[in-house]
Amino acid sequence: MKTLPERDVVIVGFGWTGAIVAEQLTLEGLDVLALERGVWADTSTDYAVNNAQDEVRYRYRDELFEDLSRETLTFRNTTDQSALPMRMLGSFLPGTNVGGSITHWNGQAWRFLPSDFQARSHNLERYGEGIFGENMTVQDWGVTYDELEPHYDTFDKICGISGKAGNLNGEIQEGGNPFEGARSSEYPNPPMEMVAAPLKFAAAARELGYKPFPGPSANMSQAYTNPLGVQLAPCSYCGFCEKYACGNYSKATALTTIVPALMRRDNFTLRTGAMVLRVEKDAQNTRATGVTYIDSEGQEYFQPAQMVVLCTYITHNVNLLLQSQIGEPYDPSTGRGNVGRNYAYQAMSGADVFYDDFAVNPYIGAGALGQVIDEFNGDNFDHTGLGFIGGGYIAQWQTNGRPIEHHPVPEGTPKFGAGWKKAVRENYNHTIGVGAHGAVMSHRGNYLDLDPTYKDAYGRPLMRLTFDYKPNEIAMSAHLTEKVAGIARAMGGREVKVSEMKVPYDIAPYQTTHNTGGHIMGETPTDSVTNKYNQSWDLPNLFLMGAGNFPQNPGYNPTGTVAALAYHSMQAVRERYLRDPGPLVQA
Amino acid sequence: MKTHLSALCLATALPAAAVAQDANTWSTIERGLYLTRIGDCAACHTVEEDAPYAGGLGLPTPFGTIYAANLTPDEDTGLGDWTADDFHTAMSRGIRPDGTRLYPAFPYTHFTYVTRDDTDAIYAYLQTVDPVRDRVPEADIPWPLSVRTAMRGWNMLFFEEGELAPVADKSDTWNRGRYLVEGLAHCSACHSPRNIAGAEKDGAQSYTGGVIEGWFAPSLRDGTGGEGLGDWSEEELADFLRHGRNGRTAAFGPMAEVVDLSTRWLTDDDLEAVVTYVKDLPFDAVDAEAPEALAADDPTMTQGEDIYATQCAACHGIEGDGIENQFGAIAGSSLVQSSNPRTVVRMVLEGARSVPTDAYPTPHAMPAFDWKLTDEDVAAVTTYVRNAFGNAASPVDADTVADIR
Repeated sequence: MKTLPERDVVIVGFGWTGAIVAEQLTLEGLDVLALERGVWADTSTDYAVNNAQDEVRYRYRDELFEDLSRETLTFRNTTDQSALPMRMLGSFLPGTNVGGSITHWNGQAWRFLPSDFQARSHNLERYGEGIFGENMTVQDWGVTYDELEPHYDTFDKICGISGKAGNLNGEIQEGGNPFEGARSSEYPNPPMEMVAAPLKFAAAARELGYKPFPGPSANMSQAYTNPLGVQLAPCSYCGFCEKYACGNYSKATALTTIVPALMRRDNFTLRTGAMVLRVEKDAQNTRATGVTYIDSEGQEYFQPAQMVVLCTYITHNVNLLLQSQIGEPYDPSTGRGNVGRNYAYQAMSGADVFYDDFAVNPYIGAGALGQVIDEFNGDNFDHTGLGFIGGGYIAQWQTNGRPIEHHPVPEGTPKFGAGWKKAVRENYNHTIGVGAHGAVMSHRGNYLDLDPTYKDAYGRPLMRLTFDYKPNEIAMSAHLTEKVAGIARAMGGREVKVSEMKVPYDIAPYQTTHNTGGHIMGETPTDSVTNKYNQSWDLPNLFLMGAGNFPQNPGYNPTGTVAALAYHSMQAVRERYLRDPGPLVQA
Repeated sequence: MKTHLSALCLATALPAAAVAQDANTWSTIERGLYLTRIGDCAACHTVEEDAPYAGGLGLPTPFGTIYAANLTPDEDTGLGDWTADDFHTAMSRGIRPDGTRLYPAFPYTHFTYVTRDDTDAIYAYLQTVDPVRDRVPEADIPWPLSVRTAMRGWNMLFFEEGELAPVADKSDTWNRGRYLVEGLAHCSACHSPRNIAGAEKDGAQSYTGGVIEGWFAPSLRDGTGGEGLGDWSEEELADFLRHGRNGRTAAFGPMAEVVDLSTRWLTDDDLEAVVTYVKDLPFDAVDAEAPEALAADDPTMTQGEDIYATQCAACHGIEGDGIENQFGAIAGSSLVQSSNPRTVVRMVLEGARSVPTDAYPTPHAMPAFDWKLTDEDVAAVTTYVRNAFGNAASPVDADTVADIR
């Protein structure tokens, strides 16, 4: 194995957070190296507007997603089952290559509620200990909304998020989300142009007394130049966002907001085809010394660094900790150990409204083109007597009318054949979907560890995911779905088809790429892997980015918070850590 | 490079005579670096990024392939044993120390205008780069042109040695611009048509556009529509040269490289000078009969309109106005309306990529449509964009597209 010259910083994985970390630390003049297992990719070269909209290539042949023949995970619902390897992508779609998973997101760019960050203490104070069901391991984040607000704001401006503020410096604004935490400034871009379906949803919601507002969108409502001088173009509403790279420079991603500026900095190096196998540490177990990676020709290298930042997808971040024996692996039987603990996901359900004549033109879409209500999210409503905590937003997003993927049909339609075709023909242009996007609270039985049986292409044990929906989600989702159905029925269609959350959790059908937890942040080393600055409690020169830091998963899409946490962490590194490299929070 | 640039501003702001004449001073070498950039020397003389100025690029000319020389100070294969006098002779007369003549693919027809002081600075700089031992191939030119003395006759016809005398009734800025544009920057090497002997046409025909590497380098004269930059403001031209973009368009193809290697480095004063001179190139509308736009209901136009709506409008807009600094405007574009449709056809067929600069770090690209559109389709859509949105230019036929494809 060859040892390479030492770098100031090595970043493992070059997606959103890798780009944010590199952008922030190169500003300090540090010599920053990013290692990416995939290949170079950018909009100009790879995602041309005349071939980016290819369902077979991207959605069904997984061009942007990770290669399960090299590494995957095994899955089971509960500890009494044997986990089997996930051999096809289904429920979630982690990405690969330069730009990471965010290249194929929809662009729904949320902030969490202030109370989400105090999920334990807030609920305890309002409802008492009894509100938490058995074995729920909900905890506070150690960081507050107010601390993150400036970083959410930075991220909004880097991306050019389109939307309407509902709470500007504490003043409630007409037309925005009245429940959101106070914003220090209005969205950098106005809301997207609404189309028929979200307007129909908003009208019904308003009729029922709710306060609908335009969803916060990373699809550009107009041309935008961000603070790094990188430009985004107006969205053309082509409806190829989630599972696709945007060919029009219209969706904020690492590639369209940071990477072009970052690549011009002399103190930044990106090395592709570099698969990191483990983090190395000193003999005293006090600091990370660098990482070991393998290149595409099978050669292993040790890359020494003063600081190591893990920016891979959450399961891989957790995997790297476990493979490198950093921290104590979580043991569900004793509740001891934190690495792998509090894995969570998202509770999705919805309803389709079918019309006879009302046309929706679903092919005019965008990943975050929609109207939302937030009355049933977080603790925006009284949970007394409901038997659960948390909630979710209810939205009508007109994301796409993609011909292979999008064919809503009413209840009772045959699964194939002439009857199915007829139903598709009749309903394609006359269906509106309404969805609930619900929280998953952490639970003692949901976690990540190393599989005892299966190994990856590098000879390492696979990650093992043990996850199922627990009583809190089941009750919460039933409540939310009932509200969804209520709005759907008020939307004036011919019929409504309600889709409940599927229990037990099934890893096969696509649901959402919102996996969280496993290297959670918190107030003390006894209940978390990192402090509030994403800094490892065990090795203070090791930082972990991503949704793995979430102690539980609130009822919003995670990206905005992932980015805000990364900026928050990097501010502390730039202002404090670099002067005095050591723990930013004393244990 | 910021520190270099500010040092350069200082150096070039001083009258040449006031600078200490020791060729090895830091400021001379830095000035040489600057002038080497303005001359765009790297475009031909650097092939491998880690071997700057080692030469070797084959330049296809109508007469054969010529290989750019190794300019590094290697004694056997580069300029290691050249003196400053030798270098000046090559620059100003196209003659090597051994008396052989250079082919005018090396633009000594322009570099003859460069002052001795400036060629000395370039020489001083080139002597500081890492020597690379690499002999470039001999030119692959058939007889009789392979006999380099044949260039004697060519020079008698097309080459006039000597510096430019300032034009008294023009400003210093204009004269400086002329010195750069006609000399080191050799803009007309691409932007002027050439005669049958490969020499640039001069007089009123200069700067009226030329074909280079299969692209049509548009007219830089004061005409409008397809006839030049008449409707570009000075600021737009300055933005284009410095940032590779302006509100109308972006540099692509060979010009993208020129921006990256050369014009973006122009000091503020020199940029102003270049812009002043180029914007003063007169337009002689002698035989220019303004083309009339095709009727909107012409069958080719309606076919082109359909293709435009489905393939082009998402970026360039239904009204052809593009997105400022991102997607080029088609309405009013001199390039789209050029008398020679080669560039617009080629862009549709193979796409184009803009050059990333500090001001515009994203290299926005136009994708290739050669796999998607037939010759007839491309002819229709290019005819359409040349005659829609207030544009007017000759139609394009499928045979032209087939030739370019």
